[in-house]
Amino acid sequence: MAAHLKKRVYEEFTKVVQQQQEEIATKKLRLTKPSKSAALHIDLCKATSPADALQYLLQFARKPVEAESVEGVVRILLEHYYKENDPSVRLKIASLLGLLSKTAGFSPDCIMDDAINILQNEKSHQVLAQLLDTLLAIGTKLPENQAIQMRLVDVACKHLTDTSHGVRNKCLQLLGNLGSLEKSVTKDGEGLAVRDVQKIIGDYFSDQDPRVRTAAIKAMLQLHERGLKLHQTIYNQACKLLSDDYEQVRSAAVQLIWVVSQLYPESIVPIPSSNEEIRLVDDAFGKICHMVSDGSWVVRVQAAKLLGSMEQVSSHFLEQTLDKKLMSDLRRKRTAHERAKELYSSGEFSSGRKWGDDAPKEEIDTGAVNLIESGACGAFVHGLEDEMYEVRIAAVEALCMLAQSSPSFAEKCLDFLVDMFNDEIEEVRLQSIHTMRKISNNITLREDQLDTVLAVLEDSSRDIREALHELLCCTNVSTKEGIHLALVELLKNLTKYPTDRDSIWKCLKFLGSRHPTLVLPLVPELLSTHPFFDTAEPDMDDPAYIAVLVLIFNAAKTCPTMPALFSDHTFRHYAYLRDSLSHLVPALRLPGRKLVSSAVSPSIMPHEDPSHQFLQQSLERVYSLQHLDPQGTQELLELTIRDLQRLGELQSELAGVADFSATYLRCQLLLIKALQEKLWNVAAPLYLKQSDLASAAAKQIMEETYKMEFMYSGVENKQVVIIHHMRLQAKALQLIVTARTTRGVDPLFGMCEKFLQEVDFFQRCFIADLPHLQDSFVDKLLDLMPRLMTSKPVEVVKILQTMLRQSTFLHLPLPEQIHKASATIIEPAGESDNPLRFTSGLVVALDVDATLEHVQDPQNTVKVQVLYPDGQAQMIHPKPADFRNPGPGRHRLITQVYLSHTAWTEPCQVEVRLLLAYNSSSRIPKSPWIEGGEVSPQVETSIEGTIPFSKSVKVYIMPKPARR
Amino acid sequence: CGRGSAPRSMPEIRVTPLGAGQDVGRSCILVSIAGKNVMLDCGMHMGFSDDRRFPDFSYITRNGRLTDFLDCVIISHFHLDHCGALPYFSEMVGYDGPIYMTHPTQAICPILLEDYRKIAVDKKGEANFFTSQMIKDCMKKVVAVHLHQTVQVDDELEIKAYYAGHVLGAAMFQIKVGSESVVYTGDYNMTPDRHLGAAWIDKCRPNLLITESTYATTIRDSKRCRERDFLKKVHEAVERGGKVLIPVFALGRAQELCILLETFWERMNLKAPIYFSTGLTEKANHYYKLFITWTNQKIRKTFVQRNMFEFKHIKAFDRAFADNPGPMVVFATPGMLHAGQSLQIFRKWAGNEKNMVIMPGYCVQGTVGHKILSGQRKLEMEGRQVLEVKMQVEYMSFSAHADAKGIMQLVGQAEPESVLLVHGEAKKMEFLKQKIEQEL
Repeated sequence: MAAHLKKRVYEEFTKVVQQQQEEIATKKLRLTKPSKSAALHIDLCKATSPADALQYLLQFARKPVEAESVEGVVRILLEHYYKENDPSVRLKIASLLGLLSKTAGFSPDCIMDDAINILQNEKSHQVLAQLLDTLLAIGTKLPENQAIQMRLVDVACKHLTDTSHGVRNKCLQLLGNLGSLEKSVTKDGEGLAVRDVQKIIGDYFSDQDPRVRTAAIKAMLQLHERGLKLHQTIYNQACKLLSDDYEQVRSAAVQLIWVVSQLYPESIVPIPSSNEEIRLVDDAFGKICHMVSDGSWVVRVQAAKLLGSMEQVSSHFLEQTLDKKLMSDLRRKRTAHERAKELYSSGEFSSGRKWGDDAPKEEIDTGAVNLIESGACGAFVHGLEDEMYEVRIAAVEALCMLAQSSPSFAEKCLDFLVDMFNDEIEEVRLQSIHTMRKISNNITLREDQLDTVLAVLEDSSRDIREALHELLCCTNVSTKEGIHLALVELLKNLTKYPTDRDSIWKCLKFLGSRHPTLVLPLVPELLSTHPFFDTAEPDMDDPAYIAVLVLIFNAAKTCPTMPALFSDHTFRHYAYLRDSLSHLVPALRLPGRKLVSSAVSPSIMPHEDPSHQFLQQSLERVYSLQHLDPQGTQELLELTIRDLQRLGELQSELAGVADFSATYLRCQLLLIKALQEKLWNVAAPLYLKQSDLASAAAKQIMEETYKMEFMYSGVENKQVVIIHHMRLQAKALQLIVTARTTRGVDPLFGMCEKFLQEVDFFQRCFIADLPHLQDSFVDKLLDLMPRLMTSKPVEVVKILQTMLRQSTFLHLPLPEQIHKASATIIEPAGESDNPLRFTSGLVVALDVDATLEHVQDPQNTVKVQVLYPDGQAQMIHPKPADFRNPGPGRHRLITQVYLSHTAWTEPCQVEVRLLLAYNSSSRIPKSPWIEGGEVSPQVETSIEGTIPFSKSVKVYIMPKPARR
Repeated sequence: CGRGSAPRSMPEIRVTPLGAGQDVGRSCILVSIAGKNVMLDCGMHMGFSDDRRFPDFSYITRNGRLTDFLDCVIISHFHLDHCGALPYFSEMVGYDGPIYMTHPTQAICPILLEDYRKIAVDKKGEANFFTSQMIKDCMKKVVAVHLHQTVQVDDELEIKAYYAGHVLGAAMFQIKVGSESVVYTGDYNMTPDRHLGAAWIDKCRPNLLITESTYATTIRDSKRCRERDFLKKVHEAVERGGKVLIPVFALGRAQELCILLETFWERMNLKAPIYFSTGLTEKANHYYKLFITWTNQKIRKTFVQRNMFEFKHIKAFDRAFADNPGPMVVFATPGMLHAGQSLQIFRKWAGNEKNMVIMPGYCVQGTVGHKILSGQRKLEMEGRQVLEVKMQVEYMSFSAHADAKGIMQLVGQAEPESVLLVHGEAKKMEFLKQKIEQEL
């Protein structure tokens, strides 16, 4: 636990480090290309005025310097530094020195002496600060060299007394980055006294300049970040800084206090002005809570965020954060939450509020009321009510983290989270719904709370509603009235927003399966059955009726007594729904019902095992197909593909696997068909027609393999090998076909070359997997590789041809979890007959709303394509912010697509669909030669091809000619 | 008559409350700081209609003219108990010096004064009251200030305004002469609401902080529960086809509730109409639209897309609408159901149990509002008529004053040497005084 927390402590600050690295990286890039160092010398000598020299230096800085010439350049710069009188030029030189010492492959220890030397004679504060910065760069470049570090620390200490805040800032930064706390290093200290850096830095906590104070705290944090253990003594110093006048100081101090509290959670600190003592983490918690009502919102955000990670705090302190200790005219008052709870437990639910309902109760002892130093009291109440939504979001997040680690706190914070559902900013509302979902394991909603939660179902924002459905999926409800209420509200939601249908059904599925015993007493009412009379059969296609049935059937799964309450038509409807909405309706054991059992016998079997077995069996059957005659092979493949497809439709949880395997088999089928063509033995004039078929097959196999590789999530490396292998075969096929149809050798050379490169590439990428590919096409190919390299194209083609026909069918191992990426465009619906009219040459914005399932990294891969009737196709890259992530594996794209065209005479339809862009080089595991080479960032993001993965929607548009 | 909680009395700063020392109403405080005399607020008292309604300026005038004595007058916000006596003071008693207030206060103040004058003169028939012309003349003496703008009143005296929440344009003022300074808070609110932000002041360490203490002994519950309850009540009533009456005073809470309902309607896609009784309000809403910078974060950030005060769902009310079938929500003045439009509507709707009336604030004893809140179901109206109240009666308190915790928070923020409590009850102040001494 402690280790885990410590890790967290470090995590908090790693961001800072990364930023620095980035900075260095950009500078490095600038400096890596060659330039003339001698030219600089000449230039600088030529310079007549400081302004000139500055210009030359600026120009020089634009050009990069390679590692070998750095030393020379540094010497020249230093030489000029000594001569230079103008501080601005010296400043620039100092900064250049710092830049240069960061050059990769250059060891800056040689310039350190000079740098320290010039530092001692420097008078200008700005240059001094810059030189210290240079030293910092040098020091960070040589982390192992203790002596240098000590020396630098020494220099920094000397300049700490400088009058300029900039110099002091840099000194502290240097100390933070290079100083050490351990005394053990004395022996190799070479006469330099080892200093207690922490104490030195701590002294500057009371500097007169707020910037220096901030720098001192940051330096302290830097020490901590470097893994040095801070002493507990700074805790008191840091606490004093919490009441600093400047917000950046307070903000940094809050961080420092938090760090110390994580380092020494169990130490005991005295409470001032009393004899009591408390744990340090509790004390720190109280102090940070107090900062939640700070004057500056930056500090408030910081404090609220940090609260979330203080899991070690005692529960009694934690719970205070939600209690503001209300009073009215000095008498204790109950909060609305408490009253609601009492009302609920007294059985009087939802009574109207009366005048004086909140009348205060008992008198309070005035002495006992603590208004300000009550520490944690009501910190979250304040945070959640803050004016700035940034603070509110931070508070909600903190609440979430604390609630996840403490069930009792989760129970208590529920009321507050529920209140946040009514926040004025949608982001906050959404965040609190998500938070509630995350802690829903720890809580059970009371009826009045549920009531408030359900009220949000009418929200006009789809995001909110869907998040709420998601929440209801994993909520625990305590009473049957609660279930009834939820159902009624969800049905209301359904009538108001029919597009929510699927989400609501899914929600009811989980609601039913989680609360079978609560649903049971509701069944007669819900199905409106009557003990004596037959009631009218409800409409089977009514989404509301389906919703009710989904709830009931899922509850019935674990409640065997329920089916006895069903009427005949319910069973019929069950059979229908089980078949049409198999992902929502589970298999039920319905004894003695002939009607049902005969209709859907295959799927009524217990569990989903048989279907899985079926899948396995059919795949195994296929893998034995080598022993069959060609005709039989084809038939078997076709049959199996059909089976798999049907299975995928029936069993949604197996759809991914089934589709994946079916696609693979289809590739194989195509390959077999293409190889079987009589093409290989017919006379030349008939080639053309036949080869068309073969090359079409090759092309299709390529497409399918790309789909297999990129459209499925959960594909592992062993599948990727097989997929690539299949693609290689397709490429071989393509080569053969072209070889037979083209005349002349020259183009063939190039193609052979390219193919052999591909083989080589394949070998490099999947070298580890090659042993699994025995007897395969590539296995044989690699055996013959030396021969292929030297032979003529015609021979290569011949060898390939025979090998392709001889190669065995590779077994595709099934991954654990595999899902096919899919997308549904909700908006535009494509039903409108009214064309979107706009003036030609201008643009019209089309709202696109789509749900994406199982798409990895949608921000980079999902594109929108617009096809105009003239065949023109446009690809639109949606902004990363247009994607939302409502649940695991699901994404939602809400974006605007701009359409434009020249004037048309009459309205026409454009097609809109979603594409999945892929780039095969990004998927392949990086082999050393790729990493070593200079891969420009553009290659990484470029698009190799696209796969359409949604149905296209037609939109009627009409660009009108511009009016004159 | 004010007695603050200053532990050390400051010889160089003298404070004389002319009103609202230990009560609420006719706020008027005289501060002498390093030889400069500043008057803070100039309010009237709602409870009196004789001479006691205005502060007693004779305290100053017996020694000479107001203009000679006072260096400036500062008005914290537009509520009449803070600015109601201004025309009387400047035009009738006679003051020609500068009057400082914020821009929104300058804009809205004359509307309220005019309204007040109309009721006093036209309805109650009072003589010897200030005239419209006097209000105009008085407003000519006003100098408007921006937030955080340091205004040099003369070579030595400077003032600076801070945001105070409470109502649109409410400000706290720092008065500074040399190294000595006083902060006067006026009314303020430390918890943001739907249209205004929270009061804020920097660590200016004044010698004296004069703060209101209306809720000195109260710590309030989270506002969210109240809002949620309110919305739920209205929503339920509208859903069952009932009509909802919300009696309000024209400015302040009314706008908050409007925003609350407006956003709720927007969010929940509701269709039932919301009406706002016309008159004063339309003018006031206009100013709310203008002074966007004085509102809260949400409104400030979204006004580029849409000004939240450009109500989509809230329309002007016409008397004829009250008889329309179907659900509706009506905001009507005045707030205590003692007269005017709100009472008319109430009488029309009281008989139907589907309808509801929500009282968003305190009601004075004797008013219809107070009667129904205390549970009376049969009301005697004029002409011996008995009105049976079948409609639902709800009470919600939306108050915009800082509670005890808020006051402590502000005191903590400003870090004054001494604190002076005004605008509250003596007994309650005693408690807060103890607390401030104990905890700060």
